[in-house]
Amino acid sequence: MTGSLRRAAAGLVLGAAIVDGTSLAASAQGPIRIGDINSYSGTGAAFTAPYRVAVEMALDEVNQKGGVLGRKLEVLFRDDKLRPDEGIKHAQELVLQEKVAFLMGTFSSAVGLAVSDFAFKQKVLFLAAEPLTDALTWQKGHRYVFRVRPNTWEQGRMLAERAAKLPYVKWANIGPDYEYGHKAWEGFWTRLKELKPEVREVSSSFPKLGAGQYVDQINKLIASGPDAVFTSLFGGDWIAFVKQAAPFGLFTGDARKFLVGILLGEPEYIDPLGRDAPQGMLVTGYPWYAIDTPAHKGFVERYGRFVAQKYPSLARYPQQGSLVGYVTAIAMTEAIRKAGTTDTENVIKALEGLRVETPIGGVTFRPSDHQSTMGAWVGLTKFDTQRGVGIMTDWEYVPGEKMLPSDEEVRKLRSGS
Amino acid sequence: MLLFLVASGLSLIFGVSRIVNFAHGSFYMLGAYLTATLLERLPDWSARFALAALAASAAVALLGAFVEIGLLRRVYRAPELYQLLLTFGLVLVAGDLVRYVWGTQNRSVPLPRGLAGAVTVLGRPFPAYYLLIVGLGPVIALGLWGLFYRTRWGVLLRAATADREMVSALGVDQRWLFTSVFAFGAWLAGLGGALAAPLVALTPGMDTEIVVEAFVVVVVGGMGSFGGSLLAAILIGLLQSFGILVHERASLVLVFLLMAVALIVRPWGLLGRPVVTTGARVGGAEPWRGPLSPVVGGALLAVLVLAVAAGFLPAFSLVQGTEILALALAAGSLHLLWAYGGMISFGHAAYFGLGAYGAALGLVKAGLPMAAAFALGPGVAAAAAALFALFCVRLTSIYFAMLTLAVAQIAYTVVFQWYGFTGGDNGILSVWPPGRLGAPRWYFLFALGVTAVGVAILFWITQSPLGLALRAIRDNARRAEAVGVDVHRHQWLAFLLAGAVAGLGGALYVFLKGSAFPDYLFVTKSIEPLVMILLGGVGSFLGPMVGAGVFKALDTIVTARLHYWGAVLGAILTLLVVLFPDGLLGAIRRGAR
Repeated sequence: MTGSLRRAAAGLVLGAAIVDGTSLAASAQGPIRIGDINSYSGTGAAFTAPYRVAVEMALDEVNQKGGVLGRKLEVLFRDDKLRPDEGIKHAQELVLQEKVAFLMGTFSSAVGLAVSDFAFKQKVLFLAAEPLTDALTWQKGHRYVFRVRPNTWEQGRMLAERAAKLPYVKWANIGPDYEYGHKAWEGFWTRLKELKPEVREVSSSFPKLGAGQYVDQINKLIASGPDAVFTSLFGGDWIAFVKQAAPFGLFTGDARKFLVGILLGEPEYIDPLGRDAPQGMLVTGYPWYAIDTPAHKGFVERYGRFVAQKYPSLARYPQQGSLVGYVTAIAMTEAIRKAGTTDTENVIKALEGLRVETPIGGVTFRPSDHQSTMGAWVGLTKFDTQRGVGIMTDWEYVPGEKMLPSDEEVRKLRSGS
Repeated sequence: MLLFLVASGLSLIFGVSRIVNFAHGSFYMLGAYLTATLLERLPDWSARFALAALAASAAVALLGAFVEIGLLRRVYRAPELYQLLLTFGLVLVAGDLVRYVWGTQNRSVPLPRGLAGAVTVLGRPFPAYYLLIVGLGPVIALGLWGLFYRTRWGVLLRAATADREMVSALGVDQRWLFTSVFAFGAWLAGLGGALAAPLVALTPGMDTEIVVEAFVVVVVGGMGSFGGSLLAAILIGLLQSFGILVHERASLVLVFLLMAVALIVRPWGLLGRPVVTTGARVGGAEPWRGPLSPVVGGALLAVLVLAVAAGFLPAFSLVQGTEILALALAAGSLHLLWAYGGMISFGHAAYFGLGAYGAALGLVKAGLPMAAAFALGPGVAAAAAALFALFCVRLTSIYFAMLTLAVAQIAYTVVFQWYGFTGGDNGILSVWPPGRLGAPRWYFLFALGVTAVGVAILFWITQSPLGLALRAIRDNARRAEAVGVDVHRHQWLAFLLAGAVAGLGGALYVFLKGSAFPDYLFVTKSIEPLVMILLGGVGSFLGPMVGAGVFKALDTIVTARLHYWGAVLGAILTLLVVLFPDGLLGAIRRGAR
């Protein structure tokens, strides 16, 4: 017994030593290392694959021009599998073991909140890219977290403002049962009720994220007799829902309902459906094919070349993930450059109020809540026979600052009152 | 109907070969993915969906046969638990295989062209494809019935289900029978997957979803009875459809509740028959019979060594080390039940997770100081264990395992869906220890102390009269009862104590990670301590602790380097079961002899 006790203790110490031995010592003048945690597998993969490509492209461009502060930029990618505990596990590893300077990324709102909490405890800067819950920068916001993408509040409002001009009164909701799904509906519905008080919620469903089977919810939805449906389903869930709901006549024919889908105009969610993508849906998305500015056209061209070279099996045009990845990476770069150091507090100060030039124009990180003013495109879907997929028509770009609350309101939200 | 297909295959396999095939969901998943690929490759024939479905399911059946011949044959003599773990290892490997070959993005398969439209039923449009599936159900059921009652093979199958030994005594080649049954069951699952492909999004996670549901069906309907599977599948389908109208969130819990109730009231299911298990002992441990002073001395030495080492190790290693300590408590407490009590719980993660949540909620929601919140963890876990054990200890072996799984899933579902209280999927965040305790070094020392106490409690139980009673029950419950040992009461007490120690581990874990998530209670987390025990060796008290360390070290090394941790873990598990049923320590011991 004593022998095996000793063996056990030795094993523990040895194990710890082995684990420690695999760490890479970050030298002071080596590359600047940033940890990216994202949902590279699961329902989010359609978005995060082009995200990663764009981040790599941005790094390539920066490093070819000599890097930042004379050092190369390096990103370590980790997969959180859409699970917050995995996110924390990787965050711990990246910060404590790999000793990265900053954290960025995440896709799932739940993972984003978890990593943000960790970043707060460890006092590490976390530049969140895609997690959309408004709680990230408001109710649960703090000094160390910033976010690029317009949040559920903003996008919900954009959609509500257009939906309020339409005659639909009875609304049904279906979305995934986690932070994002709830917040998306909240953002949309709150604004819609403000603008059009007579609207009524006739049914609301929150199936589990990744459920894949929605027949029961579809039946319930149809039975409640709505005029219009709001959905925050995305990725594989959205595909499954469309396939299962189409034969019930939800999208075409006499029984069709008007649909509002947050994020569903993004190429990664609308392209896989091809001909089956519902038409005339009110969505937020990314009509990359129609944005005419020289900066954006240059981005499209560079992205196409980069993908053709490095990842020939992927789509040669940018998707929403690509734009977000690119903006996140260059925002990080610009902040470090402006701060002149990789010291966290100084980079935070540099990032606050920083205006970054992106392929879609200038984007600023508000000092009050660290939310960027990146906006979104709102429009209707239509099948394009030329490209063979759904595209957005009748769209407009809504800048973030138009939808975001004032500094005073933000202060109230963040202090919890 | 698709659930019936999958479940009947599962039920069949269990009925004949007594193997609880976790990998059944993997067959389903492979059937779906293969169909998708075949459809992409085949030219645009009108019958190509049917062709693809049949080809895919045939391929899956072939795979099933290979698996049976290559792997399962070696473990028929082993206790059911080992077979279960083997199939679980296969699940992990298959999951990563799918990720590797087909990528992680969701795929979609178009509906077969003739059936893409809708048919009007009772004035409402109804998908034509669904009608086909619903219609197929009775056809397949009829076909299966014909197979079982009108062919020689079917006769042998039913005979083997009723009495395996007799059948082999009558000269039937069991090996061929088992292989064909397994292949047929795999075929059913693969066909289910192929038919499901146009309906759902194909993701690498679809195997777990379906297998859990299939288990419920099999348990409720009766293991080995395919008529029961049909009945249960219909029942569960109805429950889900109507449950959602009553209360959205209720449907998930209802299904597991049904499983639990079925196990309690009628363990062999609606149409099944009581199963005679092999009764093979799944390995056991004996208590330390020597003098206690070297044990105490050795323990103090180990603690001292680790405490001193903590002064030199870097932060990340200390975090890892703390995690190992927490997991060691989880594994050790399960080991108490398993090796000393003969009770193998498949839901142990529930107590670990509830310990985590108890502490987290105490700190964050109730605003308790850390000491009180920390104590609340094992308290909540013990309370849950006490409640669940009341029902679980009435069952034995495989039914006990199934019920512990069911109640753990209920706990998981409640935690996941009680959004307002537990935060649902978001979990509970900001569960950090105050002040200096938050530093890795100090928290490691704290964890070391707590773990030492936990291990001491476990050790003391093995040495105590309770331990003696447990071992008597483990070796022969009837005999123990005849001698006057209150079987249920002792088992209940052991379960409660083990749950409390697991909860202690959970509380340690939650303050380390600063968060609690519903996943802590999920079934895959329950399998991990089983693996740790196997790794370290069932026969030794310290086996689970060593196993926890090895497991965590492997996890860290592999995850940092490879993307396919699941496959590696699965392969290790499979190899362990096949080659080293005694675990590492056992193998070392045998080698030393």
